[in-house]
Amino acid sequence: MNEKRHIVSAFDRDLEGIQAQIMKMGGLVEDAILNAALSLETRDEELAMKVRDGDKAIDKLDEMLNEEAARVLALRAPTASDLRVVLSVMRMSANLERMGDLSKNIAKRTTVLVQMQPIGSTTSALRRMAREVQNMLKDALDSYIQRDAALAMDVIERDSDIDQMYNALFREFLTFMMEDPRNITACMHLHFIAKNIERMGDHVTSIAEQVVFLATGKMPDEARVKADRTSLDKGPDLGPEED
Amino acid sequence: MYDAPHTTERNVTKQDIKISARNVQVYYGDTHAIKDVDVEIEAQTVTAFIGPSGCGKSTFLRCLNRMNDTIDIARVEGEILLDGEDIYDKRVDPVQLRARVGMVFQKPNPFPKSIYDNIAYGPRIHGLARNKSDLDDIVEKALRRGALWNEVKDRLQAPGTGLSGGQQQRLCIARAIATEPEVLLMDEPCSALDPIATGQVEELIDELRQDYSVVIVTHSMQQAARVSQKTAFFHLGNLVEFGETSKIFTNPDDSRTESYITGRIG
Repeated sequence: MNEKRHIVSAFDRDLEGIQAQIMKMGGLVEDAILNAALSLETRDEELAMKVRDGDKAIDKLDEMLNEEAARVLALRAPTASDLRVVLSVMRMSANLERMGDLSKNIAKRTTVLVQMQPIGSTTSALRRMAREVQNMLKDALDSYIQRDAALAMDVIERDSDIDQMYNALFREFLTFMMEDPRNITACMHLHFIAKNIERMGDHVTSIAEQVVFLATGKMPDEARVKADRTSLDKGPDLGPEED
Repeated sequence: MYDAPHTTERNVTKQDIKISARNVQVYYGDTHAIKDVDVEIEAQTVTAFIGPSGCGKSTFLRCLNRMNDTIDIARVEGEILLDGEDIYDKRVDPVQLRARVGMVFQKPNPFPKSIYDNIAYGPRIHGLARNKSDLDDIVEKALRRGALWNEVKDRLQAPGTGLSGGQQQRLCIARAIATEPEVLLMDEPCSALDPIATGQVEELIDELRQDYSVVIVTHSMQQAARVSQKTAFFHLGNLVEFGETSKIFTNPDDSRTESYITGRIG
């Protein structure tokens, strides 16, 4: 990464501006993830409402970032690492915006779930999973600031942990649903929440890939192992079908 | 993502080597202006030379058709081969060489003659036309290739200096290609032109690429990015980096190239 200043210092200010905005957006998304999961575990409807409202600010930042990035492209014609800054910021902004939406969706489902019986200790597991995703996001944003491709690669690796947590929860929900069909509604909501968090892990991975691109000019190799195998899961063996 | 195929326009297919320079040194008196430059200019390719003022890009360009011979204190060492033949060989006539390696300069410099005579001058002295109608054909062809024919066909006897700046530069390009050169050297051909005339000249350069090898020195990095397939970055007399333009402008290997093209103090 280029540490030298531009001859036109306004160019530096433009680039710093959009990067400061993306960091601000990242901070808001970290809060949204944590609070959504916390409201779910503590059955705190008020906090869930706060998360739902908070998404507007994230969307607004995404919009501003896109406008600002387009302006920099048009007026400064950035090249090489400068171009990568603008491109990566645009893509990261889209990832963060989606993560905000997913957090909002968790909060929405939380307001429904508080009306129902808790399902085992699954909300604690979901909160642990959310905390791990938030940690990954924090590291991804740190790696961005430091242009640290190694740390970004580490974040990418950690996504398989999230996938495994999701797999475990998927089976747990199946078991609860088979035990008692009255659990199905709650489990369906909880499963969507788990899936949302798993998706957020993918978005963080994509952000970390942008950091690798920014720092090295190349996208990381497609060597990542997919650990989410639930799309192939046939469920527990229920024995021969009865008439 | 950068491995994805570029649009056909940007495709860089490996062409034959037209000019091969090896270990070129240029001295102006005691000043070592060009140091150990190795570069291969491909046929049917636009190669851009970029770099800060005084980096040697124009000096090197002028080596390619022995324009530095006209400067007494300039001394060129090393080897420059045009189609495998050493252009600095004693048997090579510089005038003949310059008919094969044409040149267009920064400021349009038409001769104080008619538009027709500006174009006809080169073919006449090189004996390319047997008669008047031959010469008429050559002039028309060159002006058409120079994208100027439609604008001047009704006033071929008008003075070349009466044209607008952009037209004068296209006249000079047409004059340079009238002798059917193999390589066209352009030293900042658009720096005195407005954006529209610049666009016309760039369009012309892109068309000329089908037949010629074009080497362009430019201070406008955007222009280098727009017109060239290969870019060479010069700095303090050294060739720092030479490669595909799309690579140089998105992910250069050398930090000095990066600093220069992103507009940082090098």
